[in-house]
Amino acid sequence: MTDAAATPPGLSATPADGSSAARIEGSSIGDRAYRWTTTAFALVIPVLLVAIAGAVFTAGWPALSKFGFGFFTHSEWDAVNGRFGAAPAVFGTIVSSVIALVLATPLAVGVAIFLSEFAPPWLRLPVAFFVDLLAAIPSVVYGLWGILVLMPFLRGQVMPFVKETLHLGDFPLFSGPAYGPSMFAGGCILAIMVLPYISAVTREVLLAVPRSQREAALALGATRWEMIWDAVLPFARSGIIGGIILGLGRALGETMAVTMVIGNSHDISASLFAPGYTMASLIANEFSEATNDLHLSALMAVGAGLFVVTIVVNAVARWLVWRTSRGPTA
Amino acid sequence: MSPAATGAGAARSAPRSYRDTLSRSSARTLTRRRVVNHAMIGLTYLAALIATVPLLLILWYLVSRGAASVNWAFFTEIPKPPGELGGGMANAIAGTLILVAIASVLGLPIGIGAGLYLAEQRGARLAVAVRFLSDVLNGLPSIVLGIFAWQVLVRPFKHFSALAGGIALAAMMIPLVTRATEEMIRLVPVSMREAALALGYTKWRTSLSVVLRTALPGIVTGALVAVARIAGETAPLIFTAFGNQFWSLSPTQPIAAIPMQIYTYAMAPYDDWNRQAWAGALVLLALVFVISLAARFATRSRFGLGGD
Amino acid sequence: MHIPTVAAQDASIDRARDPIDDTPVEPMTVKPEPAAPVRDVCIAVESIDAYFGAARVVRDASLDVETGRVTAIIGPSGCGKSTLLRCVNRMHETVPGARVEGEVRFNGRDIYSRSVSAIGVRRHIGMVFQRPTPFPTMSIRDNVAAGLKVLPRAERPSRRETDAIVERSLRRVALWDEVSDRLGASAVALSGGQQQRLCIARALATSPSVLLLDEPTSSLDPISTQRVEELVYELREQVTIVIVTHNMQQAARISDRTAFMLSGELIESGSTNAIFTAPRDPRTEAYITGRFG
Repeated sequence: MTDAAATPPGLSATPADGSSAARIEGSSIGDRAYRWTTTAFALVIPVLLVAIAGAVFTAGWPALSKFGFGFFTHSEWDAVNGRFGAAPAVFGTIVSSVIALVLATPLAVGVAIFLSEFAPPWLRLPVAFFVDLLAAIPSVVYGLWGILVLMPFLRGQVMPFVKETLHLGDFPLFSGPAYGPSMFAGGCILAIMVLPYISAVTREVLLAVPRSQREAALALGATRWEMIWDAVLPFARSGIIGGIILGLGRALGETMAVTMVIGNSHDISASLFAPGYTMASLIANEFSEATNDLHLSALMAVGAGLFVVTIVVNAVARWLVWRTSRGPTA
Repeated sequence: MSPAATGAGAARSAPRSYRDTLSRSSARTLTRRRVVNHAMIGLTYLAALIATVPLLLILWYLVSRGAASVNWAFFTEIPKPPGELGGGMANAIAGTLILVAIASVLGLPIGIGAGLYLAEQRGARLAVAVRFLSDVLNGLPSIVLGIFAWQVLVRPFKHFSALAGGIALAAMMIPLVTRATEEMIRLVPVSMREAALALGYTKWRTSLSVVLRTALPGIVTGALVAVARIAGETAPLIFTAFGNQFWSLSPTQPIAAIPMQIYTYAMAPYDDWNRQAWAGALVLLALVFVISLAARFATRSRFGLGGD
Repeated sequence: MHIPTVAAQDASIDRARDPIDDTPVEPMTVKPEPAAPVRDVCIAVESIDAYFGAARVVRDASLDVETGRVTAIIGPSGCGKSTLLRCVNRMHETVPGARVEGEVRFNGRDIYSRSVSAIGVRRHIGMVFQRPTPFPTMSIRDNVAAGLKVLPRAERPSRRETDAIVERSLRRVALWDEVSDRLGASAVALSGGQQQRLCIARALATSPSVLLLDEPTSSLDPISTQRVEELVYELREQVTIVIVTHNMQQAARISDRTAFMLSGELIESGSTNAIFTAPRDPRTEAYITGRFG
């Protein structure tokens, strides 16, 4: 073996073959290059984000500077005369998202409770699988199904039922002509698309509730449902709200499915059965027909608004979910 | 946190109903509570049932209206002009593959590199910031990414291109691959890294030849899931790749893609196009499902470390 | 036979007399052990302090490791013995926030000096960890050869030489017969004891002059443990070994010299025999006799 008295090669500062500095420093050159490369790749993300913000606001600037913040509050959208107000789109975004959340939340929370508390083991996997798979379906497929299946169904069955059979046709919420493309159709599709996200977050949050909470309630004589209502749900409340807001964030940005069923009309109407617009579907729908630069810029300004809103909503959602999964400090 | 203590806590917040029941044992109240219990459980079963319906409905319609149209012509022919029957989506299939390839060439290295950085620099201030911003990027509507690519790559050159579409898709892919990579790298035990270092491996060699290599199956899974996601996207392509009725593979020209073709066909008043839209949707969904499921199925732990 | 009485023995201090022929007989005294041949100190740990952040976990430890011997470091858990071991091959500093102060002289050169690269140190001082860590994506052969692949180009063996080295290493750890027919198979398929021997073979492949073993048998079954101990015994003359163990009996079985650590301090060190039969420090004695663990 090695002569114990001699200094082993590789350990000395000036090895015999003369490649001195590189050998000692060699590893640190490689290490430094590696470090810089991965850091550079990581920095792409913030740079990209800044570039996106820059591009969107640059594109929208002409319209924003011309119309100011009133761009989002005025409702006249006249491409020919160069007057643009995105209020109907903003209104539509809010309304369709609210409809989606109203429809999806009870279902999603119900499914989540079912899966985490009551489902027999053999049923748990299939149901979870089917619900989660909804998130994998591309938006355009939802839109296709929506326009060729859901809308005829709404037009032929649901809307007449509500208007005539239930005699709600005079009620402002259901008034006016009902041809199918509508805020309601958009809200329905969005509800299906948003369901898996709320359900997944709720499930996670329910599972994070400690056993001791559940057992304490049961030990006091609560029924299963009372245990959930009194002991588990309050604990998970902010996480569930976080999940709902996460769903909201997704609903706000949904484009294709909505644009295919909402009717694409610059109208603010009280009726759920009337067509409308959302910010995302406005951009998608009018882009190819944009006649002049101001028109384009107006569309991009809507995009800028969408950009800001989704960032804020998602940040709030993640903060809420993060707060619950970290748990109370008790 | 003893059970007794939490019991007391729960008791304080419990409604009067079951505390009173303990002391008064009213049979009628008990029955009512039982009924409510069963009703609510039933409602959750109902919710589960209703929640599984949409998926089944969509699958049913896709298959019943689209399966018959998924034929040889669908895969080999390009679209016919409006009004003429027949044709297929061959150019759109090729287009989707090209767009995914462009996106992956950019998105995978950046995502893996960023994921390595985040996993190895965990708590550093820059790492925390990048992780947060990656989540922000992930949450952006895909149409905003399309606007970005349009402003930067279409407008200055005055024409649409597959490249612009690919870049918009890459922007979608990066946060997904980054997160998957970071999680997989973190799963590799520190002992593996130490074993390599103790053998005389340099840090960079340890990261790449040992840690990354060990985590690779999981990273591939994450990458496939990201690919499945972007393959189905339409919105960012509308103003970047734009679509093309003809056969084109050039990255600097507009290019067709399956989702965009479905959109065009679905919105059109022609029955034949609608029929092909169903076929396209079925094929697209099958593609997305197969990739997602195969990717998740393949995530088996390969680590089998010793020490029994 | 006339048996000399104690009184008679005492009377003749210097010499007793053989009762048969009355020739002087050496008094019966306990002969001292023949002095062991003086060995080189190949590793001299000098006043090492090891920190995790602000916490000092090894305090002013000094130890001489003799060439060709097995030196054991024992002590209750948490006493810093693993940390001290990891200071010898500069592994401690790979933990973020960790640092070492003091000197460790390897054949006379301080391995912590600025001109010495940690990578070079680790090629000459190998290490085996508590839990076997074969690389899961590599075959058995590639695992053993892993350390050879990263040698500088001038020293890197050819493929044929590598195969020879792999075989030699596996034979040394008595694994060759068990795996020679499946060198290309995944290393993870081996049993725990086999994996640990594989890790030892891997560490030996680069012909280090020192091998550090950090509780190498604590996750193994008794039979595998015995095999590893036999292995250590066989390797002793060829490779200097330092072994950390929480199992005193193991230290007593296989080591030539033993050092006892407590709460970050190296209390005493000496020949294994002396430590276990006549420890100088009362704390050592308390640990040896099992008064605390």
